[in-house]
Amino acid sequence: MTAPTVVAVARQRHHGKDVGFHLVMSVVTLLWVTPLVFVAAVALRSFDDISFNGLGSLPHSFTFEAFGTAWSQGSIAGALGNSIVVTHATVVSVLFGGALAAFALSRYPIPYGRVILLVMLAGNLLPPQILLIPVSQICELLGIYDTLFALVVVQVGFGLGFFTFVLYGFMRSLPVEMFEAAKIDGAGDLRIYATIVLPLCRPALAALAALESTWVFNDLLWALTVLRTDTKFPITAALLNLQGGYTSQWNVVAAGALIAAIPTTIVFFAFQKHFVSGLLVGVSK
Amino acid sequence: MSLTHDLSRNRRATLEPDTRPGPRRGRRLSRRVPPVVWLLLLIPFLVEVGWVFYPAFNSFQLSFTKWNGVGAAQPVGLRNYTDMLSDPIFATALRNNVFWVLGFGGLSVVTGLALALALNKPRRGVGIYRSAIYLPMVFSLAVTGLFWRVMYQPDGPVNVVLAGIGINTKEHQWLADPNTALGAILVAAIWRQAGYIMVLYLAGLKGCDPALEEAAAVDGASRWQRLRYIVMPQLRNVNTVIFAVTVIDSLRTFDIVWAMTRGGPYNTTQLLSTYMYQVGFTLVNLGYGSALAVVIFLLAIAFIITYLARATRED
Repeated sequence: MTAPTVVAVARQRHHGKDVGFHLVMSVVTLLWVTPLVFVAAVALRSFDDISFNGLGSLPHSFTFEAFGTAWSQGSIAGALGNSIVVTHATVVSVLFGGALAAFALSRYPIPYGRVILLVMLAGNLLPPQILLIPVSQICELLGIYDTLFALVVVQVGFGLGFFTFVLYGFMRSLPVEMFEAAKIDGAGDLRIYATIVLPLCRPALAALAALESTWVFNDLLWALTVLRTDTKFPITAALLNLQGGYTSQWNVVAAGALIAAIPTTIVFFAFQKHFVSGLLVGVSK
Repeated sequence: MSLTHDLSRNRRATLEPDTRPGPRRGRRLSRRVPPVVWLLLLIPFLVEVGWVFYPAFNSFQLSFTKWNGVGAAQPVGLRNYTDMLSDPIFATALRNNVFWVLGFGGLSVVTGLALALALNKPRRGVGIYRSAIYLPMVFSLAVTGLFWRVMYQPDGPVNVVLAGIGINTKEHQWLADPNTALGAILVAAIWRQAGYIMVLYLAGLKGCDPALEEAAAVDGASRWQRLRYIVMPQLRNVNTVIFAVTVIDSLRTFDIVWAMTRGGPYNTTQLLSTYMYQVGFTLVNLGYGSALAVVIFLLAIAFIITYLARATRED
């Protein structure tokens, strides 16, 4: 065999392997997105079409009616508003608080700093079930039960440990010379925090914000624990109500679920890199 | 992000005598802690104490009482725990949880690892495949649950597709049949989890040395042998984290079951978490509910410690 034919055969073989790979993977991928496609198809059908042809048949109609019903009558619009408010408030507070604690722990000789850090992280790993009953009692006692404020406070408290831990690691990796220079220039502790540490932490904060916003937005358990009134429910809890109220109208349920999936999907695609690096926190060596 | 590495460096910095001269000494900003810095630490710390550590401690206390939330809690000693032993629903929930840890953990890890191995090498299209597979991860468990409720309806897509490939399921009610309900929920949960595990393994594989695998291939090691003896040992750390995270997640699992069956039919899909919620909040039996929460905590604690030890390990 001459040299060129060897190369050609090798390339051909390589090409054949590629085709096999894509064949298998496109089937797998298709399998993965099928549920999404089916649900979207159901959401875009009319009620009459579904009850006449069955839920699993191919669409015989095309309408946004179900989205409208879920949005206005199913109170998904209000619930989405609640979710956005709670998510914003929680993400901002938890990152702010976590960054404060991380700054103190990473840059000052706090006695038992490591122990404090680990204890805070451990709090975040607890199964939430161990907190539910006392938390709802405390909310009642403070008079904040059944308010969005309570939902924010609870989620901030539960999230702080993790974000302190992650930001601590990030702040330790910042060059110390920068702090010393600022110190020599006479900057106070708070000033160093606000003008040097926070801006340098921006990439980490962005990754964590993407991650935490999907976690908070997707929460169901805390909402069920501290809220009672339907109009205050975030979208996850409202969806379950919708499912109860429109039992046989699967197009409305499907439409509501899709609406609830849109914001996190946007965050995911907009911050895909950040999102993945956020997930990897604590895994890579 | 290499957190663990930074932690260990920090420790070295504090343990070893610093011999560098002058103002560059140490990594700390000052030798004493200014009061304002104490405040920065104390505010978040106290919030966590008030909303996490105190409630956790309180659950332990409540677990030794009988209380419906009104009036004073009545101390009953260990009765809640002894009651559990003869509670058939608790037994079901515990059994289901074991099934869940093994099924959810095992299948999502196997699927995630297989996908990561397939999609590890950069080639055309890999990005699209990866994105499609970890997209479900961003949906909430409530949304995932509802998606699959639609799928599992008697006249829904699952039965229609199965009929299409020649399996007649006779409009099977997947979620209403005690024999299939938990398995049906498991499929939905894995659909969402596999992408997450895949991302973790992809990160782990990035850290593996490709030269080792190539050398083994040259020496005639089969694909399986290379995976078993070359790649897996290098993934040990990732495996530990995934193991701990998966078990902790399994014990926490609530949303997806609540969205799909609420523990029914006839409590056959009850997990410890859903049963605890039902006892505590639907039946308002706060003492017994707390005792169930304590059991979940005790089951989780070993894995929490594993995770903590790994997250802060010295290299």
